[in-house]
Amino acid sequence: MSGIQEWFQNADLVGLAASTLVAATPLVLAALGGVMSERSGVVNIALEGIMLTSAFAGFAVAFVLHSLALGLLAAVVSGMLIAALHAVLSIEFLVDQIVSGMVINILAVGVTGVFYRTLLQEGVRGPGTLPIWRIPVLSSIPVVGPILFQSAAVTYLMLVLVIVVHLVLFNTVWGLRTRACGEHPLAAETAGVNVKLVRYVNVISSGALGGLGGAYFTIQQIGQFLPNMTGGRGFIALAAMIFGKWTPIGAFGASLLFACADALGARLQYLGVRVPIQFLGMLPYILTIIVVAGAMGRAIAPAAVGRPYRKS
Amino acid sequence: MSAATLRWARGTLLLPLVSVLLGLAVGTVAVLLSGTSPADAYWALFQGAFTNTNAFAETLVATVPYVFLGLSVAVGFRAGLFNIGGAGQLFIGGIFAAFVGYRLGGLPTVVHLPLALLAGMLGGFLWGAIPGVLKARFGAHEVITTIMLNYVAALVVDLMVNKGPMSDPRTASPQTPPMLASAQLPIIVPDSRLHLGLLLALLALPVMWFLLERTTIGFRIRAVGLNASASRAAGISVGWTMVIVMGISGALAGLAGAVQVLGVSNVLTPSLSSGVAFDAIAVALLAGSNPYGVLPAALLFGALKSGASFMQLETQVSADLISVVQAAVIVFVAAPLLVRWLFRLRSAPAAPVSIAEGGLGQTPPREGVA
Repeated sequence: MSGIQEWFQNADLVGLAASTLVAATPLVLAALGGVMSERSGVVNIALEGIMLTSAFAGFAVAFVLHSLALGLLAAVVSGMLIAALHAVLSIEFLVDQIVSGMVINILAVGVTGVFYRTLLQEGVRGPGTLPIWRIPVLSSIPVVGPILFQSAAVTYLMLVLVIVVHLVLFNTVWGLRTRACGEHPLAAETAGVNVKLVRYVNVISSGALGGLGGAYFTIQQIGQFLPNMTGGRGFIALAAMIFGKWTPIGAFGASLLFACADALGARLQYLGVRVPIQFLGMLPYILTIIVVAGAMGRAIAPAAVGRPYRKS
Repeated sequence: MSAATLRWARGTLLLPLVSVLLGLAVGTVAVLLSGTSPADAYWALFQGAFTNTNAFAETLVATVPYVFLGLSVAVGFRAGLFNIGGAGQLFIGGIFAAFVGYRLGGLPTVVHLPLALLAGMLGGFLWGAIPGVLKARFGAHEVITTIMLNYVAALVVDLMVNKGPMSDPRTASPQTPPMLASAQLPIIVPDSRLHLGLLLALLALPVMWFLLERTTIGFRIRAVGLNASASRAAGISVGWTMVIVMGISGALAGLAGAVQVLGVSNVLTPSLSSGVAFDAIAVALLAGSNPYGVLPAALLFGALKSGASFMQLETQVSADLISVVQAAVIVFVAAPLLVRWLFRLRSAPAAPVSIAEGGLGQTPPREGVA
């Protein structure tokens, strides 16, 4: 028995779980954003670009104003602004939603690159990162304590938001209207719902969530901005959304799975399992492909997602 | 100019042209916001792209991958498929081409070089066919699958050349051994980097035009793109067509990778043509539905790319500015309504154009709709 106990201790499963939760933070937040947007009928692949720009905006504001809290706020606001752009392009000007999303991603790389080099010197460090807040009493619970109750603000917000988004989507009138717009906008309009408004609000909310996800990178995790630091996580978050069948809790679970695949890399190496590290790096992407190909149950999107709604 | 030519020009050229200008305008705003003079920035950009033979040669060198990748995305568009996987297909094509290029010694150039190029096309074909099959068989959206495969391909390259089976033992940097002389694309303009790949790119244009407009498979591709259900009803196998289109699209991207490895960098590294594939989406959008349209669009982007590094050197404006311009160009080219709305606002304080469709009943006055 002690051999197994030793193995467990060496594997540091608690540590793995804790770091998985933290690493999953941006994925969950972006996936929640994706859920909100797509449930109302708008494809939002701009989450990657939203996270990147928000990471930059949050860092820039935190640096200039010497305040992490204001940086966090700035990240959320910038996410909302960029999502508003996506919303205007695709809802108002009927740009193909995927093209609009890709444009924002390209724009994000360009704009953050330009401003990073000219407004801030490269490699400049900001006012540190968010402190870890240990919740009294709860964080002393064995196993669960260190995982759930010993993190920084963005991760805590993430946990709360999973529940909030779930409640909003499935237990409020607003959520019902949102889902109606995503399934059958014409019926919703006939029933008196302002489809355009609902879509606007949902897309901008998804931007707020994505912005918070972006804040994770610079405000919680690293304390400085690096070009392209989001590394495709916005796209993985979309996969998590699909895997989670467009539900907040599902997206949360899927994000944990993907984050775990990442965190597993270093651990497996430590345990002596000889797998080239690149294979482990590929896991989230390959899992995503398997999910999207429906090999894990059919992933059915909201019926009217992706189609611009023209009021008649 | 006849009336018909003018009409053609207005229909085909006006939107891309205006989109480019508006894109440059957006870039101007970005430059202003970052504190530099736009005139300085754009002048440096122009200088870097055109003002002497070396610069112009560099512009052409940069244009070559844009032609192949632009054709790649464009052919996908014709079938109604959004192939964003150019980057990954380029990598896998590069791997195949590099393998043939440095491993198969003792072959005459006339055999070795085409073999390497074909290997590149094969690699790209396979990497493009995967999302094609997934879409045809499982309905998996090609946007997600191609993006995911991009990241997988980048990791495969890293696996191969970063202390992996294809890495050069003589150097610490992650790269393959150099291509054998018999596999290198010859330089066609002395004292420059301009290689035979340019001619291949120019050849690809009429080949793709012929493929799309004069062959059976091209017909099927266009039919599926216009109306998949009607095509299915007419007996065309939509699934197979999708696989073939994604394969062709991938082969073009793979060829881009092969040409870069065999003609420019001479080794395969993880940073092969980074960013070009994404920009190629804009090239394809600007080109519209005509393969020949890819050439001017690719030239524009090649010029932007080669001028950007000079601009960054001279004016401290980041080379990323061109990404801003490119993104803006895509927006305007993909949103004709937006362009019209902007010009309505600028020309006269007339009543706003009704963008809403007619609907049941009245038809709003169609003023000024082109």
